[in-house]
Amino acid sequence: MRDNPALTILIAEDNNTDRMILQTIVRKQGHHVITACDGVEAVEQFRAQRPQLVLLDVMMPRMDGMEAARHIKAMADEELVPIIFLTSLNDAESLAECLEVGGDDFLTKPYNRVILQAKINALNRMRAMHQTVQRQRDHISERNRQLLHEHAMARRVFDNIAHQGCLNADNIRHILSPMSIFNGDVLFASPKPSGGMHVFLGDFTGHGLPAAIGAMPAAEIFYGMTAKGFTIAEILREMNRKLERILPKGFFCCGAMLDLNLHTGHVEVWNGGLPDGYLLRNDGSWERLRSRHLPLGVLPPERFSPGCERYEAAVGERVLLCSDGILESYNARGEMFGEERFTEVIQGSRSPDQVFHRLKAAIDDFSGDVDSEDDLTLVEVTMAREELLDDLSQRLSGTSLTGPSSWRCEYQLRDNTLSQFNPVPLLLHVCMDVPGLRLFSGQIFTILTELFNNALDHGILQLPSSLKDSPRGFTRYYNEREKRLESVDGHWVTITLDHLADGHSGGRLKITVEDSGRGFDYRAFDTVDISHHQLAGRGIALLRQLCHDLQWSGRGNRVEAEYRWALPSASSNSQGPESKG
Amino acid sequence: MNVNDSCHLDHEALKELREVMEEEFDVLISTFLQDSADRIVHLRQALSGQEVDTFTKAAHSLKGSCINIGAPLLGELCLAAEAAGRAGNLQQGQAQVEAIEQEFRHVDEALRAYLQQS
Repeated sequence: MRDNPALTILIAEDNNTDRMILQTIVRKQGHHVITACDGVEAVEQFRAQRPQLVLLDVMMPRMDGMEAARHIKAMADEELVPIIFLTSLNDAESLAECLEVGGDDFLTKPYNRVILQAKINALNRMRAMHQTVQRQRDHISERNRQLLHEHAMARRVFDNIAHQGCLNADNIRHILSPMSIFNGDVLFASPKPSGGMHVFLGDFTGHGLPAAIGAMPAAEIFYGMTAKGFTIAEILREMNRKLERILPKGFFCCGAMLDLNLHTGHVEVWNGGLPDGYLLRNDGSWERLRSRHLPLGVLPPERFSPGCERYEAAVGERVLLCSDGILESYNARGEMFGEERFTEVIQGSRSPDQVFHRLKAAIDDFSGDVDSEDDLTLVEVTMAREELLDDLSQRLSGTSLTGPSSWRCEYQLRDNTLSQFNPVPLLLHVCMDVPGLRLFSGQIFTILTELFNNALDHGILQLPSSLKDSPRGFTRYYNEREKRLESVDGHWVTITLDHLADGHSGGRLKITVEDSGRGFDYRAFDTVDISHHQLAGRGIALLRQLCHDLQWSGRGNRVEAEYRWALPSASSNSQGPESKG
Repeated sequence: MNVNDSCHLDHEALKELREVMEEEFDVLISTFLQDSADRIVHLRQALSGQEVDTFTKAAHSLKGSCINIGAPLLGELCLAAEAAGRAGNLQQGQAQVEAIEQEFRHVDEALRAYLQQS
């Protein structure tokens, strides 16, 4: 019997002889003894000295042992203070009662020192184990508190990144647990500079921090690149590249991305590993948006395909995406919600408008508890009129008013690069450094895109815009474009940006685009009535509307656009940003 | 008389007690004798005052120390007195107290002799 530490032991016994014997036995075993002659004294001694173990005579004057035991146990609170009842009773019933009233053991008279020692040691082991358990419990609860705190911190950081978007836009409805980041679900939405919006729903493998880690760069890429005008394909490619590089083997992100083009009434969908999405038509029919790709972060960049499916979608039609948390949510009977129930709800809804709420209700109904909502991520994105998004981009553009305001730069693309690289995001990025100009990013994006496309498609590639008059012509146009892009060696496009400040809250941006093509008879454009020119003429029409001045020169291979901007001041509403004709 | 004290005292128990108590053994024995004498007085008083509860508790307490000290016969008489007290039968208690007093005289004498011996 090694390591039996000296304890402080309280002996409460009214009989002097018995107390003397007990005291001597216990003391000789190396413990420190305090004594009491009755129950009241025992309780007082316990309060004053906090012994670790108590020997209590059952029958004592003033307060009996059982009553004293209750007081002592109450005072000991969470600590385990073993109590051994001392009794000269020998019948089973009396002995059992000792344990029932809260005693941990009993000792009968005559006292046997060997048995007493064994009991003290056994109870002390129990006490020590209890202490260990308590300490570990406290430790665990402290660690848990710490973990929750860290989660809250991480969530705040993540929210700052993930929620800079427009999840609160009027055409988005969603369910997303506040702690979803820790079960790996992310939902991003952001208006595009060109109008419309990008939406991304991702489901990272794993739970907890490992699941959250990949979400940060994904959010950065999504928001950063969307704001700079990158296309859905470019963004997906970058997300995949980044995640493939940083995530450990076996970790990836099932995700689906939407590119809502409100202007043309199209939605592009990319689904890599998420459950089927749904495109809900106004007439009550629906189409499945199946996963056609591996999840993000699986394939190396050269094997990754950002190919999207393109759907026409009218105002009011909507896309529904969910993570597998919904399909895999269980009810009390252990059944999964499953895809069948999901499609039943869609089928049972008369208009697409009802589906979201009915789904929510069906899931609540099914699982019957609140807990399951932790794993549910569901988003519905509705095709809306373009104006809906107008004030969104303004809300999102809070930049400080410092930066370059008077500068000029020239950027030339040559040869093969013309077919591989889209310079618009880069150029837009340069422009967005001008304090205040970010508010007009949509218009500048449009101008840059139109000017560059005109230079490349019509100037260099000599594609006739009249091809685009019919929907079938579109396809022919793009096929022809692919073909001609293969032989652009020797060609170039030079873009010159020149910005001058005009006071503190405005300026003019001159964009000159020159190409190596044969040019065209720009004088003819002046005579065309743009309202009759349909889609093909829209480019020029739009440019005319957005720019203060638009001039072709040379043989028609050089165009100079002047864009003037002014921050809306409190006093004048003359020029609202993002106002499109 | 010493020849026959084995029915009054448990020598095994006493021997063990002596081992445990060492030099305090004498003090223990005299404490026992003094306390027991006091308790017997209490028993008497409780009888005359008809205090059943006090009587029972005093008998119980005396019983406990008798068992511990190694006076089994005295302990049994106390147990009988305690039982009478619990039954509320003080008449029976009276008879037991007389038997206790008589046995205590033997124990007292035997213990003192025991102390002298050593």
